[in-house]
Amino acid sequence: MRLAALVFALLASPAFAHAFLERADPRVGSTVDKSPARVMLQFTEALEPAFSTLKVVDAAGHEVDSGDKQVDPKDRRMMSVSVRALKPGAYKVIWRALSADTHVTQGDFKFEVRR
Amino acid sequence: MRSHDRTKRIMKATALAALAFLACAGLHHGASAHGFAGKRFFPATLATDDPFVADELSLPTLARRNLGASEDGPAIEQSSASIDIAKRITPRFGVEVGATWLRLKGDEGRVSGLDNFAAGAKYQFHLDEAHESIASVGVDWDIGSTGAKRVGAESFSTVTPALFVGKGFGDLPDSAQFLRPLALTGSLGVAMPTRASTTTFDDDGNASIERHPNALTVGLAVEYSLPYLQSFVKDIGLSEPFNRLIPVVELDLQKPFDRGAGPWTGTVNPGLLWAGRYMQLGLEAVIPVNHATGGGTGVLFQVHFFMDDLFPKTIGRPLLK
Repeated sequence: MRLAALVFALLASPAFAHAFLERADPRVGSTVDKSPARVMLQFTEALEPAFSTLKVVDAAGHEVDSGDKQVDPKDRRMMSVSVRALKPGAYKVIWRALSADTHVTQGDFKFEVRR
Repeated sequence: MRSHDRTKRIMKATALAALAFLACAGLHHGASAHGFAGKRFFPATLATDDPFVADELSLPTLARRNLGASEDGPAIEQSSASIDIAKRITPRFGVEVGATWLRLKGDEGRVSGLDNFAAGAKYQFHLDEAHESIASVGVDWDIGSTGAKRVGAESFSTVTPALFVGKGFGDLPDSAQFLRPLALTGSLGVAMPTRASTTTFDDDGNASIERHPNALTVGLAVEYSLPYLQSFVKDIGLSEPFNRLIPVVELDLQKPFDRGAGPWTGTVNPGLLWAGRYMQLGLEAVIPVNHATGGGTGVLFQVHFFMDDLFPKTIGRPLLK
């Protein structure tokens, strides 16, 4: 086992994995009191900014973000987008992440604004 | 200075074009590899075969179980250590090989040795990202006479064509959102020995005939993915390592249906999988489903490596596009 681990450690560097969503603000499935200024996602891996996407839609499917999706150049695991002042209701965050080795992951989740 | 800027722009454009090409090539083939269908990640199951094609290495799979006494002989404690390698030839077609070392321990002592080698091939013909469904056909070949007779390795081969399916329930309505992390994988196959029977003679010249029936093989795994719950349904505040756990129950059944067919036998395996960035750990109890299966509760443990994540640019990618 130790030998196998050593071989993998040597051969696997540098390695990249699939980018999974680690946490989000607003949190996945949460209800927030007021409209957030930005929706922020943190992934397990660094993202390729040009091919990673993030948008926020309302219950009718209309896009409510400002279209200024950004991957943080200092921490490429962070991707965010600003949103207009959101009215009370349910919203869906839809993302697609391309990690450095071209593995693609995708997902969506909902959050609610109370007032 | 202007020339330098231009060179940088060209290099950047070239890099972006190359990345776009690689990304599109990957997207075209749905090549997220190890067990993705849309946002669903299907973990590798321990007792039953997976419905997807992947670059994977199981090293080791350890199992231990008391086989119990039967009319064929006394109780035996069976331990095994296996290695299985799966390699994608194309994004949808892969091959796999496996080897198992067995140790049998009974009242009369112990024997050990290699079981027959196994080889297989699988083709993934269906992938629906929106409905998190995936399906493959494959064939497994237990290669006769490649193992040690003293541990019961057969002198004939068994060929098992099978259908493999996987379905995640992420498309359930909001009213059932906490069932969305559920997923099923299953397989249905027919194990066909290449020899119908084996005749042996004792010291007095009396013949005994052992028949080798064809058998239906059924595999089923029910999974509840906590990573899926956390990332797509509701963040309930789980942290490492619990946010990567996938409770699973596997069912592994066989039913001989000709040549002196016997009853259903098999095991039900409740357990836990932990899926990390480059590897997965699995631990399951192995419980016989009925008296005909015999024996007591055993244990199954596996360390499983995602080769496509470990070696994305070399041996972890399909040989052909």
